[in-house]
Amino acid sequence: MPCKYDGNMSNAGKNLDMTVDLAGIRMKNPVMVASGTFGYGPEYADFVNLSELGAIVVKGISAEPCEGNPVPRMVEVKSGLVNAIGLQNPGVAKFIKEYMPFLRKHDVPVIVNIWGKSVEEYERVAGCLNDVEGIAGLEVNISCPNIKEGGIAFGTDPKSAGRVVSAVRKQTRLTLIPKLSPNVPDIGVMARAVEDAGADAVSLINTMPAMVIDIETRKPVLANTVGGLSGPAVHPVAVKLVWEAWKAVKIPIIGMGGITCAEEAIELMIAGASAVAVGTANFTDPSTASRVVKGIREYLARHGMACVKDLTGSIKTR
Amino acid sequence: MNIEQAQIKEVQKPGEQYRIIVLNCPAIAGSAAPGQFVHMLLPGLKDITLRRPFSIFKAEDGNIAILYKIVGRGTSALSMLAAGDEVDLMGPLGKGFPCDIAGEIPVLVAGGYGVAPLAFLAKRLKTQGVIFIGGASAADILCVKEFEKLNWEIRIATEDGSMGDKGLVTEVLKAWLDKNPERRPVLYACGPDGMLKAVSGLAVDRDLKAWLSLDKHMGCGVGACLACVQKLKFPDGHTGWGRVCKDGPVFEAREIVWN
Repeated sequence: MPCKYDGNMSNAGKNLDMTVDLAGIRMKNPVMVASGTFGYGPEYADFVNLSELGAIVVKGISAEPCEGNPVPRMVEVKSGLVNAIGLQNPGVAKFIKEYMPFLRKHDVPVIVNIWGKSVEEYERVAGCLNDVEGIAGLEVNISCPNIKEGGIAFGTDPKSAGRVVSAVRKQTRLTLIPKLSPNVPDIGVMARAVEDAGADAVSLINTMPAMVIDIETRKPVLANTVGGLSGPAVHPVAVKLVWEAWKAVKIPIIGMGGITCAEEAIELMIAGASAVAVGTANFTDPSTASRVVKGIREYLARHGMACVKDLTGSIKTR
Repeated sequence: MNIEQAQIKEVQKPGEQYRIIVLNCPAIAGSAAPGQFVHMLLPGLKDITLRRPFSIFKAEDGNIAILYKIVGRGTSALSMLAAGDEVDLMGPLGKGFPCDIAGEIPVLVAGGYGVAPLAFLAKRLKTQGVIFIGGASAADILCVKEFEKLNWEIRIATEDGSMGDKGLVTEVLKAWLDKNPERRPVLYACGPDGMLKAVSGLAVDRDLKAWLSLDKHMGCGVGACLACVQKLKFPDGHTGWGRVCKDGPVFEAREIVWN
């Protein structure tokens, strides 16, 4: 799809209201960067003005350090990539010590993505982050396809998902955002389950389970054999699932999946997203989020709209 | 570190499968150090998601040059571009070779197009040394003239014997080290993992420093995605992942835990 709104009309929409209040998180604009594609902030600080982002969602953190999967961990495919990093992270204590001082220096909401191998581990990491200054919300990963225990096992069964979310809810006052898997028969059922369990918002989609085989060796390319597909290839899937989730729940939705330019972000918002996250495209072009913000402004100006909020769920029936 | 739209000034063809391209990117060229790389986004290829890393071969007069082998989708697409075309570059990225080696002789070991960052290094080193260039065949031996111009001693090895000594470049290196035990060189190497592992073994056996530049498939290029990790041994003795793009691509031989 050609990108008409690519941020080239620099004067467009100066007086537009681009702010979003996402279940208590006040954002300058609705465009955040997705977990796992932006490190913990410093990695991209030379290329991106972090204070211009709607929010930063940092790479997944667990109660204890995690080594992740063996290599190879990532392979490019047509219109996307398949990864099986395996949630490598330094653990919550080191994250707070090493990265929070840096993140606090920037005028941008920080959402910490958390995960665990058991309900108790989710509770523990959420508890550790409760009194840390400078954190706006917790994104609870119940949908990673790349670890055997936990992760997606919680995210494909509404009862398990509800159990994790209500356990984390008891531990935190922060805005609580479960991240849902696309790999479920009915996303509405999952979204309602986490809403009922106390979620303030919901983010989707995580990567789609996928696999790549090297036909010369006949071996899987990834050391983990299977991984998660992301990038432009998954975008229409995300549009459909955001739309279905929007019909199912009242809490706001963060839409993500294959955003490379403003048009795809606008499409997700029309489908029901209150905010969007740029993921894989950060690797291609670190300025994607800023291009998307400019492009949304141009679109609003061209359509005579004053507030970005009015885009959310503005889909018309056929 | 910068993102620059770089115009291709010139394309050279040093061999059937090899290309050198000269790119105008003043900010990157002005701050590039040997062993660092640029992360390239190819234009007009919408189904390519990831940038491609290329080590810097030359950096002078506002231009950089890269030397690459056509091996896959990215490099095939790159080989279709001509002078006047533009690519998007992030760089210079990564930690390069240490260049301060007072009094010691630099010995460089290249496998195939791994010679590219070493040619840049030789230009920046104050001391002349010895370069060992290896490849499968004569067609894979590149940059000999670059080192001749700098008056370096050049040793060539090909696996089929079509140029220089017949055999692996590391065998020729070993013979040289055995013959010159009084010289205490600092080794610098870039090439396939097997070659780097062999250089590492020779260096550790002789208690020499060896700086190895690793070639890995990368995602983000800035340390965020954790795709290009390498198992390392840290000073306190514990092992863990290092990011080749950010913590490397150059590591000292003793840091690397080989598979």
